Amino acid sequence: MTLLDRVPTGKDLATLWEDAPGIPGFFSSVDHKRIGMRYIYTSFVFFFVAGLTALVMRAQLTTPESGVLGPQLYNELMTMHGTTMIFLFNTPVLAGFGNYLIPLQLGTRDMAFPRMNAFSYWIFLLGGIFMYLSFFVGKMPDGGWFAYPPMVSKAYSPGINMDFWGLGVVFVGLSTTVGSINFIVTIFKLRAPGMSLHRMPIFVWSMLVFSFMAIFAVPAVTLAAGLLELDRLFGTSFFVPALGGSALLYQHLFWFWGHPEVYILFVPATGMISQIIPVFSRRPLAGYLWVAASLVTIGFISFGVWVHHMFATGLPPLAMAFFSAVSLIIAIPSGVQFFAWIATMWKGTVRLTTPMLFAVGFLLIFLLGGITGVMVAVLPFDWQVTDSYFVVAHFHYVLNGAVVFPIFGAIYYWMPKMTGRMLSERLGRLSFWVMFVGFNVTFFPMHILGFLGMPRRVYTYRDGLGWEGLNVMVSLGSLVFALGTGITLVNFLISRRRGRPAGDDPWDADSLEWSTTSPPPDYNFASVPVVASAHPLWDQKPLPYASSGSDEETRGLGPEGAVERETPITSGIDTAPEGNLTIPEDTYLPLMVAVGLAVFFLGLLVNAAAVGVTGAALAVVGAVWWTWRTEEDLA
Amino acid sequence: MTAATVPVPGPGPTAAGVDPIRPSTRRGYSTAWWGMAVLIMTEGMVFAILLASYFFLRASAKEWPLGGIEVPKLELALPFSFVLWGSSIPIFWAEAAIRKGRVGAFKAGMAISFVMGLSFLLFTLYDFDELTFGWRDNAYGSIYYTIVGLHAFHVFIGLAMSVGVQAKAWLGRLDHGRHSSAEVFSLYWHFVDVVWLFVFPSLFLSLHL
Amino acid sequence: MTPGRRRWLPAAGAFVLVAVALPACGKDSPSILDHHGPEARHVAGVWWLMFGLAAAVYVVVAGLVVIAIVRGRRTSTPAEDGAAVVRAGTDRRSESAFIWAGGIVAPVVILAILAVVTVTTTRDVRRAQDGELQVEVTAKRWWWDVRYPESGVATADEIHIPVGRPIDVVLRSDNVVHSFWVPQLAGKLDAVPGQTNHLRFQASTPGTYLGECAEYCGLQHARMGFIVIADAPADFDRWLARRSGAGTGPTSEATAEGQLVFMREACAGCHAIRNTQATATLGPDLSDFGSRQWIGSVTLPNTRGNLAGWISNSQTIKPGNLMPPISLEPDELDALVAYLESLK
Repeated sequence: MTLLDRVPTGKDLATLWEDAPGIPGFFSSVDHKRIGMRYIYTSFVFFFVAGLTALVMRAQLTTPESGVLGPQLYNELMTMHGTTMIFLFNTPVLAGFGNYLIPLQLGTRDMAFPRMNAFSYWIFLLGGIFMYLSFFVGKMPDGGWFAYPPMVSKAYSPGINMDFWGLGVVFVGLSTTVGSINFIVTIFKLRAPGMSLHRMPIFVWSMLVFSFMAIFAVPAVTLAAGLLELDRLFGTSFFVPALGGSALLYQHLFWFWGHPEVYILFVPATGMISQIIPVFSRRPLAGYLWVAASLVTIGFISFGVWVHHMFATGLPPLAMAFFSAVSLIIAIPSGVQFFAWIATMWKGTVRLTTPMLFAVGFLLIFLLGGITGVMVAVLPFDWQVTDSYFVVAHFHYVLNGAVVFPIFGAIYYWMPKMTGRMLSERLGRLSFWVMFVGFNVTFFPMHILGFLGMPRRVYTYRDGLGWEGLNVMVSLGSLVFALGTGITLVNFLISRRRGRPAGDDPWDADSLEWSTTSPPPDYNFASVPVVASAHPLWDQKPLPYASSGSDEETRGLGPEGAVERETPITSGIDTAPEGNLTIPEDTYLPLMVAVGLAVFFLGLLVNAAAVGVTGAALAVVGAVWWTWRTEEDLA
Repeated sequence: MTAATVPVPGPGPTAAGVDPIRPSTRRGYSTAWWGMAVLIMTEGMVFAILLASYFFLRASAKEWPLGGIEVPKLELALPFSFVLWGSSIPIFWAEAAIRKGRVGAFKAGMAISFVMGLSFLLFTLYDFDELTFGWRDNAYGSIYYTIVGLHAFHVFIGLAMSVGVQAKAWLGRLDHGRHSSAEVFSLYWHFVDVVWLFVFPSLFLSLHL
Repeated sequence: MTPGRRRWLPAAGAFVLVAVALPACGKDSPSILDHHGPEARHVAGVWWLMFGLAAAVYVVVAGLVVIAIVRGRRTSTPAEDGAAVVRAGTDRRSESAFIWAGGIVAPVVILAILAVVTVTTTRDVRRAQDGELQVEVTAKRWWWDVRYPESGVATADEIHIPVGRPIDVVLRSDNVVHSFWVPQLAGKLDAVPGQTNHLRFQASTPGTYLGECAEYCGLQHARMGFIVIADAPADFDRWLARRSGAGTGPTSEATAEGQLVFMREACAGCHAIRNTQATATLGPDLSDFGSRQWIGSVTLPNTRGNLAGWISNSQTIKPGNLMPPISLEPDELDALVAYLESLK
């Protein structure tokens, strides 16, 4: 049964919303679902590439004085592993889920700026390709993923290597910024009637916090990398101590983004957990408002902790004590969330499906990562363990365990909606257990290695320091962990062809994405649902849908008034219909501007003015053409 | 799927437990305006961080400006700053006019503001030409050129947007109901002015105190 | 045993493992728990306190997770077993109390303890004291230049200090950011170009302690070790006096020939040797090279064979270091090695 059967339609929505077929449609689509899937697929390609680099690095580190990789190649892989995981996997995969799910969870038909949405994806893709071009010329970035000058300044890093990194970071940052603006406006202006802020799914709350944090944090890393590139390409001296520049300025800029970024990744991951746990505990999330408030609080506090990455740089003790205290305090909102999850499971009856297993695995891993996070906030202890393997262990518990596990849970939970087919539970459980064991065998011993004095980012170590056995264990664990992720990949590929059909709502879940078909039609909802609860599918049976009103403000609510691709705009707080947002037709303009910008950056990279100017011209022409047709003409 | 559909008509009473849908009584800003508002937050952050970097470098330097560079002069900068800030006034006027559908007044306000903004941009370029130091000389030069240059670039983008909006007005595509590009532009232009309200005291005035 | 229980036991077991294994493993390792100075001792104490708190928190919270799951657990999917959803609202109060107690009150208590510990420990370490011995350490790519300003003694990659006397390491870098770390004595402090940092610490027991560069500093970050040798004060004074005297010059024919090779070849262009015309500072000062334990910043033990290999082509041993390969006739090399090993 499709939605179209349920509601009488005035105009054929399916025809209106269809993308052009074939290859033109592929390059010109502005459908948030297609874009969201692309984000997810692309970032998973980078995930597996980054995983492979990690395995190669572990091959080098398994034995002391190993010659598998030379120092240069090790340092390059180390840099690309971190850079890829942060910039090309974690951030975009969450943006991908946000892209796919937010309009569905809000009960609307697309994002507020669909062309911007396509644009931000193309930028991400081209930015990733840009960074990986370095592989093909054999000049991968080698300055570590936080690239401290003066080590990466022209004087000590004369090659093109770090330019791939610096320009790539600026470029990919643009994608995050554009995407975040889109999320914020979508969440404030396109919610279905009745979905007041306290009825939004927690995942939407988490993406709202993600977006605001990105809006305020990304400029810092863009400037850090941007000013670094001005130093490298144009000879300025922001970070050249001999000319009045400051090495520490870069560190401040980088970590002013870098620490919020940790939470930018972590907050949506917890948002996923807050969606999964209630559904499989058969009851609403305990302390919904507490959890939403925690997310917002984390967003604020995370901007006051960046200096704890710089405790060893010789800052005044009073300043460090302040940042140490703030870094301790940020544990509290995470604690609130944690106990909300426990309370939810305690009061419910838990179904240990694959998504729930990943959620529970997340809880047990994040608990340890959170505890070690509190430890490194303790200033004198941090002096000992910072830049040692203890910190490597800590941030893998947080950024791999507490972000990748929820993402895998989300794959098992939402893929049925996205593809229309269930993933195998049996393979899913197997994948979870292999990953969970592999994860802990890989990363737990790293805590001990840090205690035993093994510094971070060494390409080799001497024999006889008592590190040998643990390093073998870490390497074996990493193979197991890789195998576990591979099982999910296989599971996904099999289910695409042979998976059991999912139906609209295989989990009997509570949020609006489960009210439409799997996969949803191009227009998501023929009639916009009318929301009266934070759990509409549980509390509102049957779910009411709006029909088109006779005036301009309410015309777009139902399918009867459809004249073109439109979705209702509602007021930000009380969700009263204000009018209709025209969703643009397929267009190549986003791709054109993105390619233009990529060519421009390429011109900067190879120092070819003609290339740069060509790219800039292409981007400018595209942008002018694009903005010329604003809504006066479309309305 | 067991849930059947209960259509709720637009305005009026509804199914049990569902609030009636009533259209908003106020006309909200367009999504483009909200998008610009959020873009301005992130852009504001760019300038805030650059100014913080300026003060960081200044605080860690023994002399400022570095290397015996002379303090930025005020004779021209001060009057042209007022020209830039003043250019927001005709925009307020033009925006009020277009809301009432007075396209002629709108065009006039936009044109006046454009000339004021353009004169500020030309002043900045002239100022750059007159400077005795380059951005490679030292960190002071680097941060000075970057902040003033980035602001000038924003002025330039604002002027380009102004041209686009004026062209739409002349082509008769704007009226009292359709003018969201004018609102978006106006928001951006005020932002560019406000940024200068922070840049000018930091880079120019504070060195004369 | 239920699957739920199986999940937390290994984790709790792992914690016990740490408690038992850490001090044991530390035998050969530069372990932060094998402390030989006041700062390292303080931090080890902080660690054991935090470890106790962490273990308690982990066991309690993970236990709550497990119990919450085990109560009424099902393996079917919700849609399959058609389980009705339990509505909230009946018991909001106890939920809130639970979240308050676990998520706010308990963390605040624990964090308050840690905040107090942070402040008191920070106050007790790295303080300027009377009678400090200053040692100027400059981080290079990728070695450590060591100078004693009071006596004018210069050496590299080895820092001799007297036990029980407060040390003030004046830390600088003239190139990229490095970090100075001797786990058994004290935590890290970075060497930041354009800035002078002071790391103040003491050694409480005589011994040789491994130091490392802890901030990624480029190609040979991994091979930028050093050692700190803590001697009894009298031994330290003797060590210092031997290096500040006039020196004796080559004592044999072979070493005299070696000195000629040193001055003639590229060596003197980068290295300094006290009381000779070699005064360059690009590379490590070699005035007491013969008494040093390591070559190439704790890369190879200082033996004649290793030294000959290093001089001939250090690039195969520590690729990218700034010393070019030196091609010498075998007898020249022998003489040079003999000369360098004679410098004590």
